[in-house]
Amino acid sequence: MALSLSEEERRTLAGETGAGKQMCMELIVGLGDSQGAQELTPISQAHVDGCLYHGQVGLDFTGRLLELDCRVAVPTTLNVGGADLVHPELFQGDARARRAPERLMADHLKLGCRPTFTCAPYQLPSRPKLGEQIAWGESNAIAYANSVLGARTNRYGDFVDLAAAVVGKVPMSGLHTDDGRVGEILFDVTSVPPQLAVSDAFFPVLGFLVGKEAGRAIPVIEGLPADTTDDQLRALGAAAASSGSVGMFHAVGLTPEAETVADALGDVEAAEVVSVSVQMLRSARDALCTVVGGEIGAVSLGAPHLSPAELRTIADLLEAEDLVVAAGVGAYINTSRHALQAAEEAGVAETLRRAGFDIVVDTCTYIAPIMREVDGPVMTNSAKWAHYAPANIGVEVVFGSLWECLRSARDGAVWRDDALW
Amino acid sequence: MRSGNRFSGRPLHAGVAVGPVLALDQPLSFWGGYSATEGRIVAEGHPQRGMRAVDHVLVMPSEVGSSSSASVFAEAIRLGTAPAAIITGHSDGILLAGALVGAQLYDVVVPIIAMAPEDVARVQTGLMLSIDVDGGCCVEDPDPARAEVQR
Repeated sequence: MALSLSEEERRTLAGETGAGKQMCMELIVGLGDSQGAQELTPISQAHVDGCLYHGQVGLDFTGRLLELDCRVAVPTTLNVGGADLVHPELFQGDARARRAPERLMADHLKLGCRPTFTCAPYQLPSRPKLGEQIAWGESNAIAYANSVLGARTNRYGDFVDLAAAVVGKVPMSGLHTDDGRVGEILFDVTSVPPQLAVSDAFFPVLGFLVGKEAGRAIPVIEGLPADTTDDQLRALGAAAASSGSVGMFHAVGLTPEAETVADALGDVEAAEVVSVSVQMLRSARDALCTVVGGEIGAVSLGAPHLSPAELRTIADLLEAEDLVVAAGVGAYINTSRHALQAAEEAGVAETLRRAGFDIVVDTCTYIAPIMREVDGPVMTNSAKWAHYAPANIGVEVVFGSLWECLRSARDGAVWRDDALW
Repeated sequence: MRSGNRFSGRPLHAGVAVGPVLALDQPLSFWGGYSATEGRIVAEGHPQRGMRAVDHVLVMPSEVGSSSSASVFAEAIRLGTAPAAIITGHSDGILLAGALVGAQLYDVVVPIIAMAPEDVARVQTGLMLSIDVDGGCCVEDPDPARAEVQR
């Protein structure tokens, strides 16, 4: 059955409400047709990832929409861009290379988007609620919105995210529907030893493994500790969305649509059950490292952007251990301008800087030339960072827990907590 | 379905194209996996890494990976380094968005065809394929000079 449009939607598609809106409606209708959707559904908000510069086409697209006097129709937050607008001095290399990425960010503001520039829009006051229909870009944000918040979004890519914001509607399909949110593959983590299951390193590593196994299926995870935090679920989702095309997962007893395993699986037996062992986790961790040990050139924390609570945790650890980053080792924290403001007010930012960290906002160290000349591998507590950085910015990586990263930053060499694994 | 020298697909973005097939053994993420400046597969560890895809009918089991692939694909369309068409066993709409924007901004149509995975597996590198607006893909007489995949 073909997509059926309302009178108003048809008028938009015919260009009667403006040529810019027509362009955007063409994208939404084209997508809906390809999915076999039967109708469009209104959205309450959008999160646009298209403000990260990948070439002139991005500017051509926003430029055309601006020329046609187009604006977003729903509240719209922005993902990271290619530059830190708050700390421009952190940009390495030719200042001319900064112009196009900055212009693309500025164009999105002219279109009516809010200057949030974060991959963690769920940390903003505008975060959506259970059951809310939204259109979000950025894989980790999509996984978090669907899984942890219970809001509903498909995986929207560049152009379509902005088009949805302009039209205020998306095709009713996939994760927007009840049927599209049912779990398909079960991961049992009950046999993971407790000391590992409560470690911050466990969640991204598990997520990385889950994403690899699940591909585009919706995973259900059974056996996570009852006191698992939203930040830990976030690390899990971000990793799963990097190694696989995971737009949603269920954590039994933790996420809102998974009170029981049966709820998460829609009262159907799982098509596949994976029993997660320590051995599997160890190899997933090793797959996130291009080198095993030795001296490091830098430490980069966060990806997605660290939350105010995570910044506080890092500051507390640094203060408790009187820990200072070794000379010659770069140390970076990726967060949002929103979280940084809270951290400044609480004195947390000052603690981080005093210990030797540069705080990066609006962008991320694996997508923009921020890190000063790095002499050696980069250690990170982010599976997403470890997954993308080698190809993106040509560095060797070592994945570790937050504490492993901090100790390594002090020692200038990889330090492993052997008791953990 | 394949009948004789014909495969049928469903046009997600309809258009006509003709070119030699470059069939990928693994899914491809355009972001990080396709060079829009060179028109080449550059994904680390991909079996077809290094292959030129410009003017080829790119056949893939599935789209995968980052949503930024739409921008990379559209940028390749802008630069004239995109494949002539894409046939995919599974679409997640990301490349489709790039194709739609490429047509809107630059008047260049790169058809995107969805095809049953079992048929995708049969469209092999080196075949000359012509694609019609209904998603029909016709195997042309082999032309060795054009069919040879350039490195």
